[in-house]
Amino acid sequence: MTTSSVNYELASHVYPIGMRHTPEMIADLSCRAYEYRAHVLRMVHGAKSGHIGGAFSIAEVLTCLYFHQLRLDPANPGWPDRDRLVFSKGHACAILYTVLAHRGYFSVDELSTFRTMNTRLQGHPEPSKTPGVEVAAGPLGHGVAIGAGMALSARLDGSRRKTYVVLGDGELNSGVIWEGALVGAKFGLDNLVVIIDCNGVQQTGTTHHVMPTEPVADKWSSFNWHVIEIHGHNVSEILRALDEANEIHGRPVVIIARTTKGKGVSFMENSPAWHGGIPSGAQFESALAELEDGAAKWRA
Amino acid sequence: MESLIRNQIGNSASMRTAYGAALVELGQQRDDVVVLSADVQTSDFSYMFDAAFPDRFFNVGIAEPALVDVAVGFANGGKVPFANTFAFLFATRALEMVRTHLCYSGANVKLAGAYAGLSDSFDGPTHQTIADLAILRSLPNITIVVPADSMAVRKLLPQVAAWKGPVYFRLCRNDVPEVFTENYTPEIGKGVTLTQGEDASIIACGVMVARAIQATRQLAEQNIRVRVVEMHTIKPLDTELVVRCARETGAIVTAEEHSILGGLGGAVSECLSEFCPIPLERVGVHDTFTECGPYSDLLDKYGMSIESIVAATQQAVSRKADSTTLKSFEVSKR
Repeated sequence: MTTSSVNYELASHVYPIGMRHTPEMIADLSCRAYEYRAHVLRMVHGAKSGHIGGAFSIAEVLTCLYFHQLRLDPANPGWPDRDRLVFSKGHACAILYTVLAHRGYFSVDELSTFRTMNTRLQGHPEPSKTPGVEVAAGPLGHGVAIGAGMALSARLDGSRRKTYVVLGDGELNSGVIWEGALVGAKFGLDNLVVIIDCNGVQQTGTTHHVMPTEPVADKWSSFNWHVIEIHGHNVSEILRALDEANEIHGRPVVIIARTTKGKGVSFMENSPAWHGGIPSGAQFESALAELEDGAAKWRA
Repeated sequence: MESLIRNQIGNSASMRTAYGAALVELGQQRDDVVVLSADVQTSDFSYMFDAAFPDRFFNVGIAEPALVDVAVGFANGGKVPFANTFAFLFATRALEMVRTHLCYSGANVKLAGAYAGLSDSFDGPTHQTIADLAILRSLPNITIVVPADSMAVRKLLPQVAAWKGPVYFRLCRNDVPEVFTENYTPEIGKGVTLTQGEDASIIACGVMVARAIQATRQLAEQNIRVRVVEMHTIKPLDTELVVRCARETGAIVTAEEHSILGGLGGAVSECLSEFCPIPLERVGVHDTFTECGPYSDLLDKYGMSIESIVAATQQAVSRKADSTTLKSFEVSKR
């Protein structure tokens, strides 16, 4: 079982969609992102396997989505009119599971079963196993096309539900991403929001070295998507971008979140080694201390 | 029993016209059905659904991976999506999408594989599909259905829509001999015994069902009485019926418009070797790519002629006499 300093009452608090972004709300969500990173660190350290770097880079975005933006009912995960979140960068699922647990889909204690036999928290997300997970991911590149199908389905139902897709920037190497981008634009899916975790690093090196994808914004813009570019660890910018996405009509929206892989732990930041690296005991202690400092700064 | 099949086989009807019409009928019955195409709706005649229900038809372009993924999104929204492209593309280009989301996650997506077997005959081996059953059958949780004529398409399509979980529905491009009468009432997962006989059983699917029936009429003249089973569901295989045929007739021939590796022949072979080892002959493509040409001539040239079925049946029956049931290697290279 994990032990945690998180105050669960506070952690499960959801800021209603549409509310003003107060300094207290921004500080709280920022603080939680660090606390959730600490869970990820414990999970991967405990399982001796998993992906820390890409989980840390998307922590603020997922926290904002699940504790403010998404209309969900954790007591009724199959509620037909829920917003959809497609977590396309499936390898980073330790952060998804952490956020889902704190949102009330399952117990936070269950996080310690990550990647063990008989767990509901598989090495990569699987909807039939984990409450709150919408689609399987792991093989990369599926998110945009699946999200487009979800958005088309919502439109057919006359539903106002929205679909959010979280991509890694390495996924932009994959052809089906761009097939999905064409589909989203063809049908003018303004109920579809793709958020790209642009941390600039993939398994074997920087994205620039492995497969240059810049200018990312120009690419999506030329595919007729509305592009918003933000600092992906700045909660205030994330919340504003999600609001802006709600105001766009006739086109799908892509939010390019500029992030840091391994964000929050100095020796992990921007290092391909921490895409799938497992911390030693000493590294674990040192990383945990840094994350607790990160959270403490926002509590102050 | 005989009333399930027409006395005179030979009149042909277009399977794709039957498919298009059946889709439209399905669309009238169920408003949760949506149809997606990778820009082949004029090939497989799913355009008929587009004409009837334009709001529920989506052309995603020549993008088969996206075709399957978009369908997965629709299924998540509670729709029953029918994804349409050429059969070989589901089993090859879009296979990872099929494996991950349909087979592993159980997404309720229906794949309609057009132009299967050698039926896209003049387009040649790049478009022909001789390994789809083998590839897809290896994946857990998928159901594979192969209609044998236009009546079968009409009767099976609503069952495919109602079936819980992913289904691969394998379709022929061409006019197909009409086999069944209105009395034919197939049920997914259950083989249909079409003729009675005790000397051997021919287990066939798709267009080979008509050829199998024609073969039995030739064999009857030689006093070989053959049972024909239409195995429209390749997976899950009706193993109970296969084993019953093996026990009651002692020899089995499979006939399919597919490689003899891994499809219907493979499935029956696995079943027999485990539960009831008896002589088995497999009619199909013998592990080779084919070529372009007229459909019927191609089927004949690549091992799926009526004469091939007759010869295979004779061979199977003659092997019954050999108590070891082992087949000489030289004979197998005929």
